[in-house]
Amino acid sequence: MKKNTLEVKGLKTVFDSWQGTVRAVDDVSFNIEENTVFGLVGESGSGKTLTALSILRLIDPPGKITGGSVMFGGVDLLKENEVRLGAVRGNRISMVFQEPGSALDPVFTVGYQLREAIRCHRIVSRGCAEDLAIDSMRKVHIKDPGRVYRDYPHQISGGMKQRVMIAMALINSPELLILDEPTTALDVTIQAEILKLLEEIIAARKMSILFISHDIGLIARMCDNVGVMRKGKLIECQESKLILSDPENEYTSALLKSARALS
Amino acid sequence: MKMRVNKLAAAGTVFIALIAVFAIFAPLIASHDPAGMDTRSVLSPPSREHIFGTDPLGRDVFSRVLYGSRISLSIGIIAVGLSVLTGIFFGSIAGYYGGKIDYAIMRLVDIMLCFPTFFLILAVIAMLEPSIYNIMAVIGLTSWMGVARLVRSEILTLKERDFVAASRIMGAGGSWIIIRHLIPNAIGPVLVNATLGVGGAILIESALSFLGIGVQPPTASWGNILMDGKATLGVAWWVTVFPGAFIFFTVLAYNLLGEGLRDAFEPRLKDRS
Repeated sequence: MKKNTLEVKGLKTVFDSWQGTVRAVDDVSFNIEENTVFGLVGESGSGKTLTALSILRLIDPPGKITGGSVMFGGVDLLKENEVRLGAVRGNRISMVFQEPGSALDPVFTVGYQLREAIRCHRIVSRGCAEDLAIDSMRKVHIKDPGRVYRDYPHQISGGMKQRVMIAMALINSPELLILDEPTTALDVTIQAEILKLLEEIIAARKMSILFISHDIGLIARMCDNVGVMRKGKLIECQESKLILSDPENEYTSALLKSARALS
Repeated sequence: MKMRVNKLAAAGTVFIALIAVFAIFAPLIASHDPAGMDTRSVLSPPSREHIFGTDPLGRDVFSRVLYGSRISLSIGIIAVGLSVLTGIFFGSIAGYYGGKIDYAIMRLVDIMLCFPTFFLILAVIAMLEPSIYNIMAVIGLTSWMGVARLVRSEILTLKERDFVAASRIMGAGGSWIIIRHLIPNAIGPVLVNATLGVGGAILIESALSFLGIGVQPPTASWGNILMDGKATLGVAWWVTVFPGAFIFFTVLAYNLLGEGLRDAFEPRLKDRS
């Protein structure tokens, strides 16, 4: 039995509004074993991203986390104070967004932002941070990292931006990497390239990964275990091999059917 | 940058640079001691000896205008610097944290805006002694509200952008995000506002000095040279016209530069006009 990197139990996140309470994440529980990939799949609005943000406790008002626990490295992240949590975010748990275009600050160079990612968590000299940044770009197969280092985000392509975001997420060697629809905003050829890169990262098995996507085929291919979400609830949690051949839930089989109808 | 195309803004920049050179090198350029009186040539018209003429005390107006530009420009720039820093401080905190903090700060802004600024300045200066530093502080601390509102509104939109969320996920705290990401992104309109503000601050300083509660004689500022000349305006136009022209063109230059910067930062505005 492997050790669990992340144990989510009974996680509940609600949004209060004058029209009533929306249960965005409703009693979600799952575990991510060490160095495995856990996929969260579901239609848009099913609460996949909010689950990820709740794990990092980055829910803004009017939303709030009302219950459950998120055990990571022996502590409950939901009970940790802000300072300690700041040391976990981006360092031991990092995240890649759907939209690489807007996730980079337009007024600073790529290099500056990579350096910032390092210096948020470690005290290193500027030159050392630069070496680390260029090295991390090389790892995600950015050609000519020295040039990209000095470029502003508008000077590089969307695929390149996503590579930079991945490099930034990996730069502090996190124990858990959250990939939130990492290829959805990219066009098909770039998607394939980024997926190849992600497969490489997964194959290296140096960290646990939470992979969020609406594409059940992709999830089944990339992940060891899969959770299916609908309306804030985790309705099925299975090994990925089993979910394709023998889905327990009706919704899961409907999802599979629609995916097959498309392809 | 669009600035290069904008001839008016370029002219403004050149004029500001020229005045700045005058101010910095005033001791080298000035032909006379700005406080040195010459009773033999009182109110003499512009000549080769005194290119801007002399005032009622026989002081060289050209030299006084040069030295006055040091005072007027430094008051203008430092007062605006102070107002921009104060405005950014309050505006960014209000915008980023929102809620009760935002409410409290914005009501403070509303209250400050209710005071007629000029009379507030008059009252404060009447209580404090009218030194250069007091004038800088008073102008700066009564003109930050516009900047605060501007920065707040910029930050309200900026903080919803993904790079702020990305930065939070990376483990950055509130002050880090404000200083490293939000303010650098909001600085464009603030710079425009500040540039326009320098002109306004120079005008306020001149008005205060003209009324005799600004920069005190014998220190020359553009405003109190005007005051020196007002009694003899009928016979000696040069004492008033030259410093007046310097005030006019400097303020104009700052406004042109400000407009130019606005066009450069917000290209859409220019297409519309």
